Amino acid sequence: MSELTGLTLAGALAGLRSKAFSSTELTVAYVKAVEAGRPLNAFVLETPDHALAMARFADEKIARGEAGPLEGAPLGIKDLFCTKGYASTAGSNILGNFVPTYESTVTTNLWRDGAVMLGKLNMDEFAMGSSNETSAFGPVINPWRSKGSNVALTPGGSSGGSAAAVAADLCLGATATDTGGSIRQPAAFTGTVGIKPTYGRCSRWGVVAFASSLDQAGPLAKTVEDAAILLRSMSGHDPKDSTSLPVEVPDFASFVGKSPKGLRIGVPKEYRVDGMPVEIEQLWSRGVEWLKDAGCEIVDVSLPHTRYALPAYYIVAPAEASSNLARYDGLRYGRRVEGATLNDVYELTRAAGFGEEVKRRILIGTYVLSAGYYDAYYLKALKVRRRIADDFTAAFGKVDALLTPTAPSAAFGLGDNVDDPIAMYLNDIFTVPVNLAGLPGLSLPGGLDAQGLPLGLQLIGRALDEGTLFTLAGALEKAAAFKAKAQRWW
Amino acid sequence: MSIDVETVRKVARLAHIRTPEDRLASLSAELSGIMQWIEQLAEVNTDGVEPMTSAEAVSLPMREDVVTDGGDPETVLSNAPVRRGDFFMVPKVVE
Repeated sequence: MSELTGLTLAGALAGLRSKAFSSTELTVAYVKAVEAGRPLNAFVLETPDHALAMARFADEKIARGEAGPLEGAPLGIKDLFCTKGYASTAGSNILGNFVPTYESTVTTNLWRDGAVMLGKLNMDEFAMGSSNETSAFGPVINPWRSKGSNVALTPGGSSGGSAAAVAADLCLGATATDTGGSIRQPAAFTGTVGIKPTYGRCSRWGVVAFASSLDQAGPLAKTVEDAAILLRSMSGHDPKDSTSLPVEVPDFASFVGKSPKGLRIGVPKEYRVDGMPVEIEQLWSRGVEWLKDAGCEIVDVSLPHTRYALPAYYIVAPAEASSNLARYDGLRYGRRVEGATLNDVYELTRAAGFGEEVKRRILIGTYVLSAGYYDAYYLKALKVRRRIADDFTAAFGKVDALLTPTAPSAAFGLGDNVDDPIAMYLNDIFTVPVNLAGLPGLSLPGGLDAQGLPLGLQLIGRALDEGTLFTLAGALEKAAAFKAKAQRWW
Repeated sequence: MSIDVETVRKVARLAHIRTPEDRLASLSAELSGIMQWIEQLAEVNTDGVEPMTSAEAVSLPMREDVVTDGGDPETVLSNAPVRRGDFFMVPKVVE
């Protein structure tokens, strides 16, 4: 595409401020890139007229010397965020032609800081999925392909549209959400940087709810610095979300480029799982060496309950989802299927509106919360969740951050895991424990496998210590010198 | 724990999802597979462990119990699938 779409967010912001180009020029280039990128199926709604109007407004503010931190930067928005006046579907048929009459707090913060909206990004239905194949709008296609192959690969999920759009230079950065790995696994599959901040860092208000005690918004970006810039704008206390933390938002970008010398890095032995490709083991070892070279102290740690995180998650998340998704009743908004009785309307609407994976999770959640099973399953899972969180607390008594792989494989083929829910769930084996404990986790690209596909490294930090993650990620990014891009085929 | 067809029917009714008879057997197999995988949680000793209901150590804030918004039926009803006047329309519930 044009040189403008090859820029990083930091580079584009510098160019806008120095008036090397205008936001209108930049936005026109991105609108064209989004159109040309349609074979990727990353966008479910393109808003070019709105983008150009926002760009003109940004140019006026830049001319007046009133530019905000993101002034004039075109972004993509995951379709889980409600955007006032623009359809928001959560990747589901049940929301029909729902048009929010309010704006999510996270996107409000982005527009306050001057960002431009290019459109809404495809995703797994209600963020339930690891491959984007549960979307009502069809899967996103990963811009990356294996060497010498035309096979369509998944960009990961649930924020697959966000990751693919960033990787293919269809936007400067994107919003995403992460309930069990939905920012970090797509980042790993597409060679992009993604951070799920501490639970409570970003407001959940106006973000369609999946599992409220786990859901957290964060950015997908081209570089560590770009992710830091975006996270600062997205974060902040919001009285409209009672779990939003009343804490100051640091200048996250100021942590990138700092020396990590003296930081203690934990390497958890339980993340060495059977069947993990040797290339992922090797990348992990290289990551350890890179941090050692940068002056970090490496410490072996144990997180003994790691293997129970996924089964605990598949009780907690569906239980919360079954409750949250009870609101889709066909009466107040979204799709409605008529029936003779009120009960018929409920049952027919939900049968027609929800996809198979969402139904499966609602049924699991309803089952584990139902009379006679609540203690055996739901309460048990909450206790195991505590033990998982305690493992992290113990580890952080000895170390400042943890280094692990992000996902147990590189991007796989569309259709490869659709018939086996548990095989699909195992994608999130390294990311889910972080959500259960409410901690920040960052994924960045560390290298390519033999097929030429990107692999990710994950950093996990103490609650509210994203700064340390950005310092470490900056050092890893420099050492890895990951410059590869997907070869354009679209 | 295996989830039999009768349990699937009951849970689907509780969840308000109309489920065709010919889907019950396959759902029973799928859900049983997932629940059997989840059974491994029984291995974890959780004696005396407090259930973790929140990802945050802080308690939720209180606020004044006052109206902060409202009085705008057009906005509230703007996405209604069926409306009459300032009301959502639903099938008759009370005889």
